[in-house]
Amino acid sequence: MTAMITIEGMTKVYTMGEFEVHALRGVNVEIQSGEFVAIMGPSGSGKSTLMNMIGCLDTPTAGRYSLDGIEVASLNDNELSTVRAKKLGFVFQQYMLLPRQTALANVEMPMVYRGIPATERKRRATVALDLVGMGNRLDHRPNELSGGQQQRVAIARALAGSPSVILADEPTGALDSTTSEEIMLTLQQLNREQGLTIIIVTHEADIAAYADRIVTIRDGVVLHDRKNEAHHDNN
Amino acid sequence: MTTTNNKRQILLPVTESKSSGLEYRELLRVSMDSLMANKLRTFLTMLGVIIGVASVVSLMTLGNGASNAITNQFSSLGTNNLTILPGRPNRGGPPGQIGVQPLTMTDVKTIQVLKLPIDGPVPNFTNQATLSAAAAEKSGQVLGTTAEYQGVNTIVMASGSFFTEGNVQSASQVVVLGSNLKTFLFGSGEAVGESIRINSMNLRVIGVLEAKGGNPFGSVDDQALVPITLAQSRLFAGRSSSGELRVSNVTVAVKNTDDIPFVEERLKMALRDARKLNADGTDDDFQVLNQASFLTSLTQVTSLLTTFLAAVAGISLLVGGIGIMNIMLVSVTERTREIGLRRAVGAQSNDILLQFMIEAMVLSMLGGITGVVVGSILPIILTITKIFEAPVTLSSVVISLTVSLATGLFFGIWPARNAAQLNPIQALRHE
Ligand SMILES: Nc1ncnc2c1ncn2[C@@H]1O[C@H](COP(=O)(O)OP(=O)(O)OP(=O)(O)O)[C@@H](O)[C@H]1O
Ligand SMILES: [Mg+2]
Repeated sequence: MTAMITIEGMTKVYTMGEFEVHALRGVNVEIQSGEFVAIMGPSGSGKSTLMNMIGCLDTPTAGRYSLDGIEVASLNDNELSTVRAKKLGFVFQQYMLLPRQTALANVEMPMVYRGIPATERKRRATVALDLVGMGNRLDHRPNELSGGQQQRVAIARALAGSPSVILADEPTGALDSTTSEEIMLTLQQLNREQGLTIIIVTHEADIAAYADRIVTIRDGVVLHDRKNEAHHDNN
Repeated sequence: MTTTNNKRQILLPVTESKSSGLEYRELLRVSMDSLMANKLRTFLTMLGVIIGVASVVSLMTLGNGASNAITNQFSSLGTNNLTILPGRPNRGGPPGQIGVQPLTMTDVKTIQVLKLPIDGPVPNFTNQATLSAAAAEKSGQVLGTTAEYQGVNTIVMASGSFFTEGNVQSASQVVVLGSNLKTFLFGSGEAVGESIRINSMNLRVIGVLEAKGGNPFGSVDDQALVPITLAQSRLFAGRSSSGELRVSNVTVAVKNTDDIPFVEERLKMALRDARKLNADGTDDDFQVLNQASFLTSLTQVTSLLTTFLAAVAGISLLVGGIGIMNIMLVSVTERTREIGLRRAVGAQSNDILLQFMIEAMVLSMLGGITGVVVGSILPIILTITKIFEAPVTLSSVVISLTVSLATGLFFGIWPARNAAQLNPIQALRHE
């Protein structure tokens, strides 16, 4: 079967006046449906750049990217928006919840842009919040929730529309270690029980340890790409 | 390899409906949410539009009211009337000016024989006299005229009747009183059947006129109307130096408005011919006052004035629009991260554009509607209390709302475009 994500020879060059920043210098990665992948690497190595490419928020300078059978590199802005709406779920370091909206409304929000009817949106949002353990907090607003709870709502928002892939750039970056652990366990559980394909970016080895596979990047190229052996021993 | 097939998948993939697309209701909700988030700011932004629209509505309405009042006043004269006055056109001068031939009954006959499509001609001969009844006396104007005066000037009787052609032919000693004059001489009592004195002559009151309002030659309300024959032969010195019967002016009512220019021209030619003047009008010693063209130019002046007032008010609407733009720009900057988020989760740049456009339109429309209500208060109060007729016209409401909607569109488009063109990655990183 074909991979969920196929990246071949992907480069990204940022031109800043006279300077050219080569953020990606030929990345090759293949990720299958149902995988839980952590991308690691030092600061400035190109992790976020790669995530933006996978997330269809930006287009590569060169190379091929196929997501769930769609060749992304050739798409225009509107088509990229549609791919993001239908195929991807985002979890951000800063949660990015709408402050005046309830947890339920926040989770429903992306589905509005897909034209999903209100009743179906509400059903999906409720199920998603249940899945992340926030089923009893539907009507809470972000300022009534802890950081960890907010991030759970954000995860529910990412998965409510049944995306092909969930992308999380430093999802625990703003959380303490206990809460980080809880969030990672939630993601792990979603991956194992719901079969969600999850890609996270992290600096920290113990966060990456929850993933099944760790891709290490340095200077815009893949340095290692290995199964998380320790992790598989534990389980 | 792990596949989804062997998992207990709770959320099944979305079955995309054909008609999928962003609902406007949702956009409206998003816009309303953000407007409600900062009520004071929303209100202050709207205030600019409210003041602008309110001043446009009230000034247009009051201007229209004033213009209507003036027009009504002058059309009471009869808009199809032509009045022939002695005196040189442009150089002006009152009747009887030195070197000017007065109008006479000969001129009236000249007009009569033309057989024009008119009512009249009605000769008018006005003089000052002492008017007295049992209880009161005053100096006032006596108008000698013919029976046709009533029809040509659309006179309505309050009581009694107007004098007849027979009265005119026999120079009967009868008088019809204007409403003010009647009140002065007789108070609220009955006047018809009583008699009054004009100078030293006794006349029987046979009718009282309905109040009519002023006109450029003084109000008929203050006049005593008598048969012109009586005025010329017995009340006043009616003969000119050449021995002809003088008249002050002559009125004709053109039956069909379209004939006015033609009738005016025919009158001038005939009078020039009869009075032995140049056919090209270079030495005219009379003039023809065209009520309709006078009214038209008057209407032009008043509507110009109204437009000018509305334009001045429009400037405050412009300022209100700039207020909207200002707040929308601030709002876009404040909500950059939200815009980034919405873009990331799949909003197209058009969705963002629409969201902010709707927000600007909601601001301007709510402001516009409130402005119409506020701006209508003064005209409505004035109309109800009968101080001044200034009904709020549909056109002023429609114009104001259209302009405020256009203001929202015009001043909302730039901030909305700014929002729509934000790069999602940079927007998400915005502090
Ligand atoms: N929009 C941009 N314009 C110019 N240069 C950029 C841009 N985005 C990233 N870069 C550069 O590309 C390189 C990779 O950046 P990237 O954000 O992908 O690193 P990272 O691995 O996510 O780092 P960190 O761990 O600090 O988040 C860096 O040198 C960065 O300065
Ligand atoms: Mg990064």
